[in-house]
Amino acid sequence: MIYIDLFLGFLKVGLFSFGGAYAAIPLIRDVVLHYGWINDEQLAYMIAVSESTPGPIMVNMATYVGSMTAGIPGALIATFSVVLPAFVIIILIMIMMKGLLKNPYAQAVLRGLKPCIMGIILAMGFSMIMQNTVIKEKLVSPDIKSVVVCLVLVAVYFGSRKIVKFGISPIVLICIAAAIGIVVY
Amino acid sequence: MKEKNVVIELFCTFARIGLFTFGGGYAMISLIQDICVEKKKWISHDEMMDITVIAESTPGPIAINCATYVGYKMRGIAGAIAATVGVILPSFIIIYLISLFLDSFLEIDWIASAFKGIKIAVGILILDAAFKMIAKMPKKPFQMTVLTTVFLIMMAVNLFSIKISSITLMVAAGLCSLIAFCVSNNMKREGQNL
Repeated sequence: MIYIDLFLGFLKVGLFSFGGAYAAIPLIRDVVLHYGWINDEQLAYMIAVSESTPGPIMVNMATYVGSMTAGIPGALIATFSVVLPAFVIIILIMIMMKGLLKNPYAQAVLRGLKPCIMGIILAMGFSMIMQNTVIKEKLVSPDIKSVVVCLVLVAVYFGSRKIVKFGISPIVLICIAAAIGIVVY
Repeated sequence: MKEKNVVIELFCTFARIGLFTFGGGYAMISLIQDICVEKKKWISHDEMMDITVIAESTPGPIAINCATYVGYKMRGIAGAIAATVGVILPSFIIIYLISLFLDSFLEIDWIASAFKGIKIAVGILILDAAFKMIAKMPKKPFQMTVLTTVFLIMMAVNLFSIKISSITLMVAAGLCSLIAFCVSNNMKREGQNL
């Protein structure tokens, strides 16, 4: 039953996405690939769309996957379930356990979780870039155009921080990438 | 009557926050701070700091954590629901509309090539998010070992389609850290007894 799958899948995402939006992306990838709802390609588009529209990325992605797989009810269920754990946990913390997060055991768990999440996100970013530049169907086959595009984008994104205080925003980077894509491909 | 007004105000305020924060997360925190602390004085600066720390140590989107916290503080469960629904609603509507036509949109040639470029940009954004988090992390041997191990495992998983879910790794990392903590605690205690 698609509604139950959506509910459980995104409940898992909502429950394990410590560290904000980018921590949720690998989890969402796990879930959507597991059920075969969308593929890697569509996932990348979705991330770009979620980045370029207002609102929390995780919620945007849940709405999107839900809507693509099961229309309005799917969108509602996926969005509801991705938000539910955060909502319940915050209320529980406020009602009875303000000290919970200062508990040394909870702290110990978080100490292990945080670097793990960073490792997952880092690997996700690297493999995403590699799959779009030097790897095709699990074989090494560099696509010169894409490698150049990638280097230009890296230079623009990180270079802009030396000129403007916070550098260019993710949305501007996506727009530049779109323009370069139209010209190059 | 006044009770009801605050709930509606919470809803409208967070709907506005939801509508105007692109990129999610940290962009939202600065806007929430501006509106809830400086303008409306719903919460204090210290509370805002607390929320940020709580949001970082609990799962879920930071915006939801903040909205729930502020809403609950102002008007209990009703306030929490109003603020949380408010912060989600604008993007829900926008994304739903986009999802209706994105697929046919992508069949247009020049848009498809634009998205080829965008895919690479998304990879860079994800890397950047990871680098920013790592910069803030204490770089002790334990953290670095977990980070490197997980990174290598996940690279293999992603590139060779091995089936290990990231949740399994997270549970393992959390458990390892907890066990290490208990063991070193015990050793300290035994040291004191001697």
